[in-house]
Amino acid sequence: MGAWTDMAFILVVVLDLFLLASSRLGAAIRAVALQGALLSLLALLLTGSGHDVGHMLVVAGGAFLIKAVLIPWLMFRAIREMAIRREMEPLMGYVPSIILGGLGVVLSFAFSRGLPLPTNEMHPFLVPTALSTVWTGLLLVVSRRKAVTQVLGFLVLENGVFVFGLLLTDFMPVMVEAGVLLDLLAAVFVMGIVMFQINREFASLDTDALSSLKD
Amino acid sequence: MILRVLFQIGLLLLLPPLLLGVVNRVKAIAAGRKGPPILQLYFDLAKLLRKGAVYSRTTTWVFRAGPAVGLAAIVTAGTMLPVAGQPAIVSFAGDFVLFAYLLALARFATALAALDTGSSFEGMGAAREVSFASMAEPALFLVLVVMARATGSLSLSGMLGPGLAAAWRAAAPALLLSAIALFVVALAENSRIPVDDPNTHLELTMIHEVMVLDHSGPDLAFILYGASLKFFLFGALLVRLVADVRMTGFWAAEGAFVVELLGFSILVGLVESAMARLRLTRVPQMLVGASVLSVFALVLLLR
Repeated sequence: MGAWTDMAFILVVVLDLFLLASSRLGAAIRAVALQGALLSLLALLLTGSGHDVGHMLVVAGGAFLIKAVLIPWLMFRAIREMAIRREMEPLMGYVPSIILGGLGVVLSFAFSRGLPLPTNEMHPFLVPTALSTVWTGLLLVVSRRKAVTQVLGFLVLENGVFVFGLLLTDFMPVMVEAGVLLDLLAAVFVMGIVMFQINREFASLDTDALSSLKD
Repeated sequence: MILRVLFQIGLLLLLPPLLLGVVNRVKAIAAGRKGPPILQLYFDLAKLLRKGAVYSRTTTWVFRAGPAVGLAAIVTAGTMLPVAGQPAIVSFAGDFVLFAYLLALARFATALAALDTGSSFEGMGAAREVSFASMAEPALFLVLVVMARATGSLSLSGMLGPGLAAAWRAAAPALLLSAIALFVVALAENSRIPVDDPNTHLELTMIHEVMVLDHSGPDLAFILYGASLKFFLFGALLVRLVADVRMTGFWAAEGAFVVELLGFSILVGLVESAMARLRLTRVPQMLVGASVLSVFALVLLLR
């Protein structure tokens, strides 16, 4: 049991590193979907005896449905409609991204012990995994050009926040979490529409085109 | 005791060409071909050893020394590797550093011999081989350091010996990550497919094959045999790390080890059948990724 939880956390971090290295959008979307599925698994694995099991089941089921099924489906639909397969020329190369991401992972695993937490820590890997996932998401949003990859970065960022939220499930009412998940879904929906507009306007998804003036 | 040592030396010296035969057979079956016989490399080696060597007039003794030095370094490295959980023939604290650098010495000798021919083509191959090796080396060392830290032993025999099972119980995620990194390093070091295609004869894509184009006869046999030995060494390291099968009795353990090695060859063959060779610019990315994975493993152990 303990070993499986360890493995799930490590796999979430390895998926972060994979996302920083991958240039194929399909593989990246699958990785984000797998990460979402792992998160809902983690919510179940971390359910101890003192927790409200029904609450955890709702959180895990909702996360799985939205993060691992609905959003990946929307993203796949988006890249099919816009006929793009890979991220070209990111602002920062893949090797620097992996090194920076690795640095973030190492730092968060090395120093997260020193952080004061409002509750008792549920698992020694929880906080460092959350921090390094948030860091990966930020890196992806900042360093990629294509709107699809930036949306993926946002999703990874949100996954990190979700991991952190697992720490607080005892205090958070189920409605709040459902609201967060629905917000995420709505955000991806809106971003999908925006991506479609960018694509139609500029015949590409390069967000750099947005910053140049037009008549 | 003597018999066991002799058996281990025999295994080290005789088994490696078979493993490459298995890899080629798996690739052939996956591609729907019949493929060469599994023992083909033995036939090739026997044929090459009977032939004479041709030396270009522009080469010096460096060219002639290359294959011999390379093979000797790899065989010496092999004596430090424990076979099937038995202590290695040579073992002392810190021998993993010598192990890694003997492999580097073999590469150095091959690269020098390639440069000595004065062919710009071989120089290009040497440059590629050395630059990829410089990126694989940190990953290899970090994996070895992770194993040393997890088992608390500084020799390869101790790292891969009885202490390994306890280390898996204590630090399974770190060891699993380093095993993945080691597999990537093994593919790169043995010039297998995602990095280099051992069958290619197209100038632009060759890395390792380029360097050995001018060798012939026994020299070429040494190089081919050395390459298969290196494959055996990495395979032995990896299968001991991931599949620590507890067998009672010496012969059962050795048998299990041989089966595991064959499994490793089949896995490599499947990877080669399923993947295309990466573009040259993507190779550093993969090797840096392996290094980052092993750094992560080390941090997990140290925290």
